[in-house]
Amino acid sequence: MLGKTAGGLFWMFRFLERSENTARMLDAGFRIALTRSTAAENEWASVVAAAGVTDAYTAKYDQYIARNVIDFLLRDTSNSSSVWSVIEGARNNARLVRTALTREVWEATNECWITLKDLLAHPISERDLPEVLGTIRQQSALVRGALHGTMLRNDIFDFARLGTYLERADNTARILDVKYYVLLPSASFVGSSLDNVQWESILRSVSAQRAFRWLNPGEINPMGIADFIILDRRLPRSLSFCYAKIVDNLSYLEADYGLRLDCHEMAAPILQRLKESSIASIFDEGLHEFITAFIRDNMALGAQIEQDYRFIG
Amino acid sequence: MQKAQTVFDEMNGEAGDVRYPYEEYQKWLSGEDPARLRRKSSAAEAFFRRTGITFNVYGREEAAERLIPFDIIPRVISAREWARLERGIEQRVRAINAFLHDIYHRQEIIRAGRIPKELIANNNAFLPQMIGVSPPGNVYTHIVGTDLVRTGENEFYVLEDNARTPSGVSYMLENRETMLHMFPELFSQVRVRSVSDYPKNLRRSLGDCAPPACDGKPVVAVLTPGIHNSAYFEHSFLADQMGAELVEGHDLRVVNGRVAMRTTRGYDPIDVLYRRVDDDFLDPLNFNPESQLGVAGIMDVYRAGGITIANAPGTGIADDKAIYSYIPEIVEFYTGEKSILQNVPTWRCAEPDALAYVLDNLDELVVKEVHGSGGYGMLVGQAASKRELSAFRAKLKANPGNYIAQPTLALSTVPILTNKGLAPRHVDLRPFVLVSPRSVNITPGGLTRVALKAGSLVVNSSQGGGTKDTWVLEE
Repeated sequence: MLGKTAGGLFWMFRFLERSENTARMLDAGFRIALTRSTAAENEWASVVAAAGVTDAYTAKYDQYIARNVIDFLLRDTSNSSSVWSVIEGARNNARLVRTALTREVWEATNECWITLKDLLAHPISERDLPEVLGTIRQQSALVRGALHGTMLRNDIFDFARLGTYLERADNTARILDVKYYVLLPSASFVGSSLDNVQWESILRSVSAQRAFRWLNPGEINPMGIADFIILDRRLPRSLSFCYAKIVDNLSYLEADYGLRLDCHEMAAPILQRLKESSIASIFDEGLHEFITAFIRDNMALGAQIEQDYRFIG
Repeated sequence: MQKAQTVFDEMNGEAGDVRYPYEEYQKWLSGEDPARLRRKSSAAEAFFRRTGITFNVYGREEAAERLIPFDIIPRVISAREWARLERGIEQRVRAINAFLHDIYHRQEIIRAGRIPKELIANNNAFLPQMIGVSPPGNVYTHIVGTDLVRTGENEFYVLEDNARTPSGVSYMLENRETMLHMFPELFSQVRVRSVSDYPKNLRRSLGDCAPPACDGKPVVAVLTPGIHNSAYFEHSFLADQMGAELVEGHDLRVVNGRVAMRTTRGYDPIDVLYRRVDDDFLDPLNFNPESQLGVAGIMDVYRAGGITIANAPGTGIADDKAIYSYIPEIVEFYTGEKSILQNVPTWRCAEPDALAYVLDNLDELVVKEVHGSGGYGMLVGQAASKRELSAFRAKLKANPGNYIAQPTLALSTVPILTNKGLAPRHVDLRPFVLVSPRSVNITPGGLTRVALKAGSLVVNSSQGGGTKDTWVLEE
């Protein structure tokens, strides 16, 4: 496979994953803003921060208000991480790697682009937001479904999955990075109703609120939430889950190519640390430090994969 | 000479009776509800859009990707008509390959005085770097798209030979797919020759031209300028259908005397490169030093037998519009036979008498740039305003050698489906030809381009033309 193709697949699926995650975060932020109007501005600020685009946002707007945040995160072409920008990016990468995709995956991606192009052609009102966010998630899911249902399980699939899981791990970690303080024991001791809303919101932004309730009926506590989102290997958006998959996919490539590369050496200890940690030890060590280090390692691994598999000449 | 032309309609002939190639189709059509056909027509458009069969338009931000309009009424050619076209095209393509070999070697045709020396020597499309180079298998034009027009029952003319990088074959294939998808019952009633082997034949034909350095199964790649190129869809489509890699210049470099592509495991050599970039951009070391689209040093590898480039560099000299007018002589010179297909009468404006005639009769002629393509820089005298005519006259006088002129042919028509029912529109035809050392293979049919505006003679997709499925009937 061409190095460029591997890179195109990797980024195509990073971008698709990002569109879905941004939609999820907006959904969670919107809910808080609706129910807690006093907290709205802070909430929008943290959504923008978790999307990693605070600088670009503040360069354009003075205030965190719903209309601007929604527009910036969904439609703004000057924001390279807006849903529209990443959907364009995903489709351009899909065109680049067209020969590596089945007709089903290509058509699902193209359909996603066509649908969202219409949907995001004009500013989205708050009234329409839930439906629009639902469509964004659904379109991304359709591509994923086509990928699972029609693609060979070979290196093409591995690079697509690596993109998905690296992006997802990054996204989950960023949500924790922005919201870690509401999970700290000092804040949780009081257990104010606002804390409850914040905890719900964190769970919601990784689509885990229902699963958490189901596994922990009647109790919601910050350490439990952190444990779930960081370490629970059953939750498909947890850091542990993502790294188990990343290491799996890298090991398939290693076996396929008969080559163990630097990225393999780098990924294994990240997974190992997640396996060996308990949530108590993470809190002892410092939740924020842990998350910051994780984000840094995850980025470095992405760069190493890019280099090891020659995405760029 | 072109006054009061009658237009030949391929479905209804001149007398208005359905011509025999269309009889079966007409039978089916007369049983169809027009409203259903129109629904099918919009379904076809949705199908093309979903599949992403688009072309990029340069310099138009808002409509960066457009669909080429597709008309659902097929263009039908009988087995007998096709057999003659096929012979004529093969003869022409063989002659062109012989001509290219000669022109880059001994230049017998010039020594024999059959074509003027200046036409070659002063021609930008002639590549001195190709002098004395023999491409693998002696094939120059691996892929040709011969543009044909028709003016009557037995009158076909070659308009252009397109010996460089003809495009449109993906539309030929997708048009058929679309028709099969929408009207499966039609294909069980009418026996139409299949076109679907084209990608397989292309792959084999390219493989048959593998260079001396190739050991084992030839590795084929398609070289594209990238996703912003107007024909990118076609490049990726062909690579996909052939199971070949789709590469850009920055994926390639010269490694150990071979052109190699950067893969996830290292650099792998390529044997045959089907390039969809122009000569000038192929190699920054040998041609345009600014080019980002090619591969530095590929020409040296080529000359040493390390890679096959399809089509060969320098083939442009054969589809130069000034050379075009000599093709009947070229066919005779190399095959010893009369040309089966006719050329359109052509005035070479470089010749003073011809220029004088062209200037006097500009409003009845079509004037083309010698090196132009895609309908750009062309004048259709009958459709031009007085002001356009006088502006063009000035351009002609300033640089006559840059132009040729042809009579306005009464191109045949085939009906298209409009909101008001069927209506005749002018068409042309581009059959696709594959050349290997073993054979010349012509896919039955080709791409029919159709001018969608009533009376218009401009069929180019870049100028608003559409396409039709083209049927060659079984014997």
